[in-house]
Amino acid sequence: MNDSLVNSRHSNSRLAFFHIDTPLLLGLLALVGYGLLVLYSASGQNERMVEAQIIRLGVAFAVMIGMAQISPLTIRRWSLPLFIVGTLLLVAVLMFGHIGKGAQRWLDLGFMKFQPSEIMKLAVPMAIAWFISSHNLPPKFRHLLIGFLMCAVPTLLIAQQPDLGTSILIAGAGIFVLFLAGMSWKLIGLIVALISAFAPVLWLFGMHDYQRRRVLTFINPESDPLGSGYHIIQSKIAIGSGGVDGKGWMQGTQSQLEFLPERHTDFIFSVLSEEFGLIGVLILLAIYLFIIGRGLLIASRAQDNYAKLVAGSFTLTFFVYVFVNIGMVSGLLPVVGVPLPLVSYGGTSMVTMMAAFGIIMSVSTHKRSMAKT
Amino acid sequence: MLRKRVAMQDVEAESRLFSQRALVAMLLVMLAFGVIIINMYHLQVKSYQVYQTRSEGNRIKVVPLAPNRGLITDRNGILLAENRPVFSLELVPEQVEDMTATLAELASLISISEEQQQSFLKEVRQQRRFNSIALKEQLNDEEVAIIAVNQHRFPGVTVEARLSRHYPFGNLFTHALGYIGRINTNDLKRLEDSDQLANYAATRDIGKIGLERYYETELHGTMGYQEVEVNNRGRLIRVLRSVPAQSGKNIQLNLDVGLQLTAQQILLEKRGAIVAMDPRDGAVLAFYSNPSYDPNLFVHGISSSNYNELLNSPDRPLINRVTQGIYPPASTIKPHLALLGLETNTITPSTRIWDPGFFQLPGVEHRYRDWKRWGHGWVDVYSAIVESCDTFFYDMGVKLGIDRISDYMQKLGFGEKSGIDILEESNTNMPSRGWKRARHNQPWYHGDTVAVSIGQGYWTSSPMQLLTTTAVLLNDGLRPTPHMAKTLTNDAGSEQVSTALQPTVNVVNTRNWQVIRDAMLQTVNTPKGTAFNAFRNASYTSGGKTGTAQLVSIAQDAKYDANALDERLRDNAMYVGYAPAENPSIIIAVTVENIGGGGSTAAPIARQMLDYYFSAGVNNDE
Repeated sequence: MNDSLVNSRHSNSRLAFFHIDTPLLLGLLALVGYGLLVLYSASGQNERMVEAQIIRLGVAFAVMIGMAQISPLTIRRWSLPLFIVGTLLLVAVLMFGHIGKGAQRWLDLGFMKFQPSEIMKLAVPMAIAWFISSHNLPPKFRHLLIGFLMCAVPTLLIAQQPDLGTSILIAGAGIFVLFLAGMSWKLIGLIVALISAFAPVLWLFGMHDYQRRRVLTFINPESDPLGSGYHIIQSKIAIGSGGVDGKGWMQGTQSQLEFLPERHTDFIFSVLSEEFGLIGVLILLAIYLFIIGRGLLIASRAQDNYAKLVAGSFTLTFFVYVFVNIGMVSGLLPVVGVPLPLVSYGGTSMVTMMAAFGIIMSVSTHKRSMAKT
Repeated sequence: MLRKRVAMQDVEAESRLFSQRALVAMLLVMLAFGVIIINMYHLQVKSYQVYQTRSEGNRIKVVPLAPNRGLITDRNGILLAENRPVFSLELVPEQVEDMTATLAELASLISISEEQQQSFLKEVRQQRRFNSIALKEQLNDEEVAIIAVNQHRFPGVTVEARLSRHYPFGNLFTHALGYIGRINTNDLKRLEDSDQLANYAATRDIGKIGLERYYETELHGTMGYQEVEVNNRGRLIRVLRSVPAQSGKNIQLNLDVGLQLTAQQILLEKRGAIVAMDPRDGAVLAFYSNPSYDPNLFVHGISSSNYNELLNSPDRPLINRVTQGIYPPASTIKPHLALLGLETNTITPSTRIWDPGFFQLPGVEHRYRDWKRWGHGWVDVYSAIVESCDTFFYDMGVKLGIDRISDYMQKLGFGEKSGIDILEESNTNMPSRGWKRARHNQPWYHGDTVAVSIGQGYWTSSPMQLLTTTAVLLNDGLRPTPHMAKTLTNDAGSEQVSTALQPTVNVVNTRNWQVIRDAMLQTVNTPKGTAFNAFRNASYTSGGKTGTAQLVSIAQDAKYDANALDERLRDNAMYVGYAPAENPSIIIAVTVENIGGGGSTAAPIARQMLDYYFSAGVNNDE
């Protein structure tokens, strides 16, 4: 595939002792460094915001290293209990959840607020991988059916909150497991056909007004240039006016003059595109592609089906984040509130994402111990 | 079971299958990235010119301009609420070479607290470097002078002037004017609900209570804006278009500074309320609640120690006693009840009863005492009002029954808001059978009616209410709506606040109304009248009614002894009066807490107010 990805297998550095996968770590560090550079500009040179982000990243990296120390066998044992607890919490959120921004996603535990859907981003693919890998691959039809069910229940619960972005990510994570496990192409084709047939029904009965508005705005942003279409138009102006080599760091007029909404969170990619141009975008995409490639490579080298499926699914979910975010700010997809992973400011999802990378590293570095069992 | 399956697994084939799928996934990822890159190429290379042009055109920003708040004056044009420039010391970070040294030097010239420096530096880190940031607000004249003299030493340091609300009379008009303060979350919500939020984009303060709150929309005015061109650093280059803000309306009040000052000087340390208006149109001439406080404290945010002092003071200065003071109306409502007796033929002008000094309900031992222990002897409706005989009203009240009393008094305006132009008005209670059932889950007893007959028991009212309901007696059934504001004026013209009178009860016979007014006149002008001494030798003729509200019930045969009672439990003194007797132009209500009798304390206060009114020529007629 890629030379640098393959070579790392033999570079058994000191980091391996701490169960750290060096290429993956380097990729993540490059991404985070690049991200902080953009954030400093996007926040309007707000040092406190950058400091807060560095602290948050520190915590997230600590979580990643912590997770990497845990053997995939232990993680496998956690899969089902975590899934059950997470599902119950989702039900609890629907019943007692705190209503913020018109959506109930938080559970107030008194000392902290807590978003159970974050757990499910890990628990859903873990539990489905646990179930599928306890049978032979490729999975039989009834196993697939159960897998789909395990995926559908939390997805629908989260869609009820309503949090469309997260429910798409979780549905994706579950389906990736089934796909990687070897679900037949015929079935895949059938599902794609079913979804396209089901879409109009979803539009009519399954969506909230604001979600429908977003889709309409996406189709024709210029129809409502001062309402919800404003974000997309300003974002496209920012990206397009960046040109090939960009306006320069902290020189983006769209972002610095605050024409760009949510420029340090969901729309940070537009700031990057404006200031660093197409070249900057290609560098960012290259880093993402490297991380995704490395993740899939680790997955296919894992010696146990559970580890393969989990690592592969996490990596592909990471890709979905990247694709949905860039797609939405550049007008390819409707706006669904998904951050640009490890670059956007804040985001409760950062810690979850790094926990997933911790598990991928664990898969990559615990091979010997697994081979013994 | 699991072990068996694992044993049967074809590990090689499964691994191959996964790697195949992973490869497909990687290809799909690369395809998706390809789509992104094509889209980026389309946006950033092919359509670069289009977006570049639109980005260049995106340099126009709209800057809101706050309107000047309308001024408030008294009836003679004396300023009661004005906008004064206040000075603040501001720094532009990018023009200051050495921030630490500059701060240290400034702090050596004028006093700048550590806290002010810290919050300033915090602001500096968060704002753009060319924005002016306040280091110290509300500079005094001396500080302004010191900075001005040393200005040349400090590039980037300026003294900025901003308009700020000021109430020159301090605590004299507080309960009428209210005050403005910083817009808070509640205000924001209110503005949003009334669709006014956009108009407040540049405004920092909003009316919190009093007239400032009631006429907020009129006083505030309409926001203006500038369309400005900014350069690629966000710095203002030029103003493209400017729509000036429209100042708020100036409000001229009916209140008179002289009357207010007189009221304050009379009350001094006493707790109480004085309110006067023109009964013909509801123009409020005096509106004073004592003790008061300085509203200027609130304009720049009151310190918590100052606020706690006001909040916890036993004299409760924050209460607006004119409209929020809830007192038993006591004998002041005897004319109202007598009118009902006459209009329902329960009594006639010649009805007489014998007052032995107490009243007994048929078949009940309990004696309801008159304030005069040995009784008034034979009393008719005139002497009952003039001498404030309780027994006459006990008897008539029981004959009328609570239903007729409650219904009629509510129509006159008891238990209802007066409708004055401030929002701080408390609910009062005109009791009825239904009310007692709902509130106490008890039936109404005759004893309750006896207490209500002399304005005690469950009946409560405010000084403002007493004033408007008594004005109904002067106007043959028409009630004025009290209003402190007289005219609202801006460039477009001026408008008068409505002075329309509201019909209340049906007038059966205007002669009955004249009887009541005659009795009130005799209260002041015959030697037996309870207000005779207070108004002896007045240069004008007036009518009125005294009241003394008991705050504790005195035991059956015990005597009220003011000295033996805790000060807060002593009687409230009340008086409501009007002048001149023919065609009255002023009606006044005086309430003084815990001080004793209405005739001896409240009536002399009303006398001083009326004396000032006639000597100073405060008149609504010209």
